[in-house]
Amino acid sequence: MFLDLFYGLRDEGVPVAIQEWRMLVTVLEKGLHDSSLFSFYNLAKATLIKSETYYDAFDRVFAKVFHGVEGELSASDELMDWLSNPKNFEGLTEEQRKMIEELDADELMRKYLETLDEQDERHDGGGRWVGTGGHSPFGHGGQHPTGIRVGGESKNRSAMKVAEDRRFKDYRTDSTLDIRNVRVALKRLRSLTREGQADDLDLDETVDETCRNAGEIELVYRAERRNNVRLLLLMDVGGTMDPYYEPVSRLLTALHEERGLRDFKAYYFHNCPYERLGTTADLYLKDAIPTGDVLRRLDDRWKVMIVGDAAMHPAELMNPRGNINPRFESDTRGIDWLMRIRDHFKRAVWLNPDPPSDWEYTRTTKVIKDIFPMYGLSLDGIQDAVTALIGAKASTSPGVTRH
Amino acid sequence: MADEKDFYRFQGTDGYIVSRPLVEAVNCALALERPLLIKGEPGTGKTLLARHVAEGLGMPMESWHIKSTSKAMEGLYVYDTLQRLNDARFGEGDVGDIRSYIKYGPLGRVFSASNRHVLLIDEIDKADLEFPNDILREIDEMRFTVMETSEEVAAKERPFVIITSNNEKELPDAFLRRCVFHFIDFPEPELMRQIIDVHHPNLDTKLLDQVLIKFYWLRGQSELRKKPSTSELIDWISALLRSGVSQEQMQNHIPFLGSLLKNEQDTTALHDFEQGEGQMPDSWSDLGPKYNQ
Repeated sequence: MFLDLFYGLRDEGVPVAIQEWRMLVTVLEKGLHDSSLFSFYNLAKATLIKSETYYDAFDRVFAKVFHGVEGELSASDELMDWLSNPKNFEGLTEEQRKMIEELDADELMRKYLETLDEQDERHDGGGRWVGTGGHSPFGHGGQHPTGIRVGGESKNRSAMKVAEDRRFKDYRTDSTLDIRNVRVALKRLRSLTREGQADDLDLDETVDETCRNAGEIELVYRAERRNNVRLLLLMDVGGTMDPYYEPVSRLLTALHEERGLRDFKAYYFHNCPYERLGTTADLYLKDAIPTGDVLRRLDDRWKVMIVGDAAMHPAELMNPRGNINPRFESDTRGIDWLMRIRDHFKRAVWLNPDPPSDWEYTRTTKVIKDIFPMYGLSLDGIQDAVTALIGAKASTSPGVTRH
Repeated sequence: MADEKDFYRFQGTDGYIVSRPLVEAVNCALALERPLLIKGEPGTGKTLLARHVAEGLGMPMESWHIKSTSKAMEGLYVYDTLQRLNDARFGEGDVGDIRSYIKYGPLGRVFSASNRHVLLIDEIDKADLEFPNDILREIDEMRFTVMETSEEVAAKERPFVIITSNNEKELPDAFLRRCVFHFIDFPEPELMRQIIDVHHPNLDTKLLDQVLIKFYWLRGQSELRKKPSTSELIDWISALLRSGVSQEQMQNHIPFLGSLLKNEQDTTALHDFEQGEGQMPDSWSDLGPKYNQ
């Protein structure tokens, strides 16, 4: 049962290793779980899980592994009684205490489970291990001496209920996009350099120079470190992007609040960028600026993040006069603009709010995926995209040959 | 207050209400002698926890507030070379003794103390990405060497280390592996009542109900750019009490909105909602099934 929890977690991609297991086994040996499965749940969570993004996976696995343990009376009483008696854990060490010193964690776990099995067999005879009628020797009365207050514990709160509630599913990184998480992901979008006014006292250099100067104090200043990232955001608005307005506006909010960027510009397009980009999300013609101007004004140090579903009629991407709005149509194809953007800037990524599994089924998405490295608009996707923008240069995207 | 099982137990204090999972995480870390890593939304009392753990266990506390410029070295000790140089130039102090120019940081002070301390390392994620790795060994082994004097400082009593993080940066795996972790979830109404009771005892129950209904309703609005936190709720209640707002005035209006919402767009949105025909909830049943089990 316990190993199911361990491997269940690993199957879910939760990084649990022997070290964490040892921690859990040690606290159980010390009897910290007292009398309840809920305590066991809390302790297991505190020792095994190291990020709230895995809380949901933990809840799911725990609910699966211990399903029915509390619901069916006999099973629950047995397990809880067993858990409640520290003697069970001392019993493990009575004859094995010497061995334990030499045992590695794996072995320790195995012995521990063996003991558990033995206990089970003995119980088949029909007797109870400890206590009577399911009463634990370590009642809650002993847990809360007078004058000490522990809150947040309603009587019927059970580990299974907590686990099955799955209250932490919002923290999963692969599904939801909340501003806090996006901001964390975007925090990586920086490369610190020293530029500008030298007004930070460089202590090491000062000491060094002073010593060279025979003790006459010589102050050395250097420039402050600052973020050197310039980000250009191109965003698809309207039409098929409407359902994504909410997640995308969250991304935008996070970007705006990310004042750490050296420079930030956002332009908008519908379906595919052509010779004009909107400066506002409503794409008014009077506010539009020529795409060529943007390319001229922003040099290749700018990093480009394009957000769009890349789903459109193939003609909009591949044909001249492809713009869906007839007032703007021109001879240059959408795909050529995309390649111009890619070729102009050193780093560009495409964030797609559609689930990655759908990308293969949309023709235009497949084509655009070959031009820009494409990532899902999930927290994981944004992290990967930021890495692609800022990290060591990945192998260049296959790229389509110019037509 | 060590009990017969030979480890410390924390049970909460009169001024700080804790949930059971948090109590168990604290005790777990105490029993394992591992650092406790606390994460959670701003305003959920991460920093306060350390102070109250120290109070509850009767240990003195030392805090190390991390800034973006903090270096791991500063936590151990600082060798004040400039002071020494200055003294040498003007013939002051005992320049020959390097020891008098070694100033211990929070870690150094806690290690060299004769009694067990609670050490708070606050907002560790503010520092450089490599920072947690740099203090890994010192926190693990509870010892370090002062290079200038080759003296070793080893902890006589392993301090209980509480680390808080606001999630601004990822922490390295090797660091996480050594910690007991707890994420402070936002308190549910039941726990929130107890928390409020600590700060504002004798609050009228009906008024409190209205306050909590409005508060949880507000937090439930997904469009909100910054959700109000527990500490803001407490401040808000102080403002309400001082102005003597009655329960009736709270029915369809949120007074002193400024203490709850800190973002202009949020404030404007709510103002528009009030001016329009928007109906605020005034009973728990208006809030949906989540609060009505």
